[in-house]
Amino acid sequence: MFSMAMRPTDILKITPQGLYCAPGDFYVDPIRPVPRALITHGHADHARAGHGKVLATQETLAIMAARYGENFAGETQAANLRERMTIGDTAVSFHPAGHVFGSAQIAIEAGGTRIVASGDYKRAPDPTCLPFEVVPCDVFITEATFGLPVFRFGDTRDEIAKLLASLKLFPDRAHLVGAYSLGKAQRVVALIREAGYDRTIYMHGAMERLMTFYIERGMALGPLQKVAAAERGKLAGEIILCPPSALKDLWSRHFPDPVAAFASGWMRTKARARQKGIELPLVISDHADWTGLCQTITETGAGEIWVTHGQEDALVHWCQTQGLKAKPLHMIGYGDEGDVSEVEETLGHGLAGEAAA
Amino acid sequence: MNGFAALIDRLAYEPRRNGKLALMEAYFRDTPDPERGFALAAMTGSLKFANAKSGLIRALMAERIDPVLFDISYDYVGDLSETVALLWKPRGEAAERIDTPLADIVEALTNMRKLDLPGHLARWLDALDETGRWALLKLITGGLRIGVSARLAKTAVANLGGLEANAVEQVWHGLKPPYLDLFAWVEGRGPMPEANDPAPFRPVMLAHPLEDSEIARLDPSEFVAEWKWDGIRVQAVSGRATNGERVTRLYSRTGEDISTAFPDLVDTIDFDCAIDGELLVMREGRVESFNILQQRLNRKSVSPKLLLEYPAHIRAYDIIADGGEADVRTLPFEERRQRLGALLETHPRARIDLSPLVPFESFEDLQALRASPSGEDSEAIEGCMLKRRDSPYVPGRPKGFWFKWKRDPLIVDCVLMYGQRGHGKRSSFYSDFTFGVWRAKAGSNEEELVPVGKAYFGFTDEELIELDRYVRKAAGQRFGPVKEVALGRTADGRPVGLVLEIAFEGLQRSTRHKSGVAMRFPRISRIRWDKPADEADRIDALERLLSPTLLEPAEADP
Ligand SMILES: [Zn+2]
Ligand SMILES: [Zn+2]
Repeated sequence: MFSMAMRPTDILKITPQGLYCAPGDFYVDPIRPVPRALITHGHADHARAGHGKVLATQETLAIMAARYGENFAGETQAANLRERMTIGDTAVSFHPAGHVFGSAQIAIEAGGTRIVASGDYKRAPDPTCLPFEVVPCDVFITEATFGLPVFRFGDTRDEIAKLLASLKLFPDRAHLVGAYSLGKAQRVVALIREAGYDRTIYMHGAMERLMTFYIERGMALGPLQKVAAAERGKLAGEIILCPPSALKDLWSRHFPDPVAAFASGWMRTKARARQKGIELPLVISDHADWTGLCQTITETGAGEIWVTHGQEDALVHWCQTQGLKAKPLHMIGYGDEGDVSEVEETLGHGLAGEAAA
Repeated sequence: MNGFAALIDRLAYEPRRNGKLALMEAYFRDTPDPERGFALAAMTGSLKFANAKSGLIRALMAERIDPVLFDISYDYVGDLSETVALLWKPRGEAAERIDTPLADIVEALTNMRKLDLPGHLARWLDALDETGRWALLKLITGGLRIGVSARLAKTAVANLGGLEANAVEQVWHGLKPPYLDLFAWVEGRGPMPEANDPAPFRPVMLAHPLEDSEIARLDPSEFVAEWKWDGIRVQAVSGRATNGERVTRLYSRTGEDISTAFPDLVDTIDFDCAIDGELLVMREGRVESFNILQQRLNRKSVSPKLLLEYPAHIRAYDIIADGGEADVRTLPFEERRQRLGALLETHPRARIDLSPLVPFESFEDLQALRASPSGEDSEAIEGCMLKRRDSPYVPGRPKGFWFKWKRDPLIVDCVLMYGQRGHGKRSSFYSDFTFGVWRAKAGSNEEELVPVGKAYFGFTDEELIELDRYVRKAAGQRFGPVKEVALGRTADGRPVGLVLEIAFEGLQRSTRHKSGVAMRFPRISRIRWDKPADEADRIDALERLLSPTLLEPAEADP
């Protein structure tokens, strides 16, 4: 029988709940409770509690359970990587995204058209998760958190070297390193260990749960210790990891003459670092940089690119100069790294369940 | 160049003096000659070459990037040098990229033809890392801001050899980049460079504020009093170089050479001297207020018109070197003053006069004089100075010799409106406070607060903790580092807020401020936890102060 390929917008469209796939009757990373959700990764702006059914990688399901409790959804199903599953009139598969532990891109095929929703991704090596895999497709939905050519990230080893050099120069000062507690914190610890630093690394209490989660799954993170309140004054010359917001909290005042460091792609521009009062910016990001975004778009072979959360304009323009069809997807509810952290902290402390806008 | 760039980048992020010193010392210790010498020159403002225009940099960049992407990026980053530094993609093999020493860049910039600049610049940018590119672009456009004073950079050099900053200062003016002899000396490898500066800076002597409790213990007969002038403290030094040429310099209190901003004064000081005094603007024999002086200080270029409209003047009050006689600092104050008077009599100059003594019998007398100084120049008087008759001139702030006794400040009760996080050590506190007074809301008979100023000192550490807590607990929105302190309402509709008693030195009309007034030197003198917000002052209280006839200090609340 003659069949015409489905238009991409017949397969996925934006709704107030998030990206909706009508032929499969499911949502991708919905921001409000829905009957059926496919979830790319465990960051709080993508993975929310209260859905009916959730399909995600085993690791992402475990992260959600660790954060929200075992009953975070009515029913869960683990997706094996690269395995095709049929949902309604669609075929769906999950592929590593290289963003954080368990993160996956979701490929959706219907009527001969394949769309890949990348969720968040990066191309830089990360010892805490599987590397990104290119999935050829017709439409690629890319994030654009760092979608400006000024965001080119260098070797993370150089950033860690900056931190260790500062420790040597200021042995009387505690070095507080702000890092998001899911993914970034563990990656920073792994990188510090790779650089040969083997002393105890201290951490803010809010990080303990996810740190333990990684260790239980076999990550070698070396000696880690939660900071006890009474101990703070004695941690001169030590590295202490904390959620970024804690850098500005009363909590940080009790350390000896603290140096405020922050591991984030945003630290690439001086204005942003100064505005946040950061003395030691460390450019370490879990998102693709400009080069990574452009490279990935090209490698997928997609003829049409949908650009979502971040700096859409520059990337859409670049796609068009490459002869690709491109448009921004103005979806609300997905934060940059900064907003994610606020959601994380709120949920991590078990306070209000209000999500960031 | 990369090493120097990394240093100034890190200095910009480092708020503490000791942290800055540690960074600079480590750099000077680890960097070889002559690179560190040129770095020191850049940090002390001793590098001179014609700056490049930003158009040149944009043109270079346009060859390498899509203009739309450039514009979006520039828009996001907000700074041309940084945008280009981040966007620049080096050409050529990484192995060929050899970091160009700052020394070579300075040398090339000094000697090269304008035409050759773009080619050189592109090659340098290719070879540098991002921070290096940023610093180079800032350097050649003249926009390099170094987060330290020249004095602090010299202190770091002195620290290399355990010397005092003043020791470096003494020999500084005889030295030239890249300062090989200076580094050799501080590292103990060479002799002390000759201090052949005919017009050196000598560190100044400072006064302590006079505490009320101290007054009773002082004997008035041991002191003389002068007015405390509201200008800027300067040291005017003139002498002859070995080649017979006259060298005259004007220094700020911290030893910065400010001569180029005051050619009118430099020209007039054509006799050997080292005078300590106050720089003021004087018109028709009358000292103008600090606000007027500020207008001269704010101008970037010194035009003939500016010199005419804001004539600078020195009101001298001490002498550090007298003619050929090098040093009179050990003489008692009274004797120095006599010598100063004699010197100015021998060399009368319209732009220099002697700060008069204020005769008094008792401190009560002086207090009365101080509270309402009379005479033409009263507006430029901040209070008075008490100097022990026998005091030597001791650099720094020695105890017991000089006291400053300021006029009572102006006082107004305001309501706290916003808290802002501070910098450095205070960055985790709301430590900058914006406050307002009441005014009628347009088109209604309600009252609203209008901000009139911002203060970040005047309180104790304990009070800071209380203020910080108050701001954190208050309702109100957050805008980045700023937290709004929204007013509450009592059951009967009265506003609930925190009243701050604000002391300030003066008031000026201002079109930049919503309230139409700008306070000079505001600080929190008391936190009025007890006072209801609606009993704070109204804008009328400040407007009254603008009228010149009412410039008397306001009474503090009992
Ligand atoms: Zn994410
Ligand atoms: Zn995201």
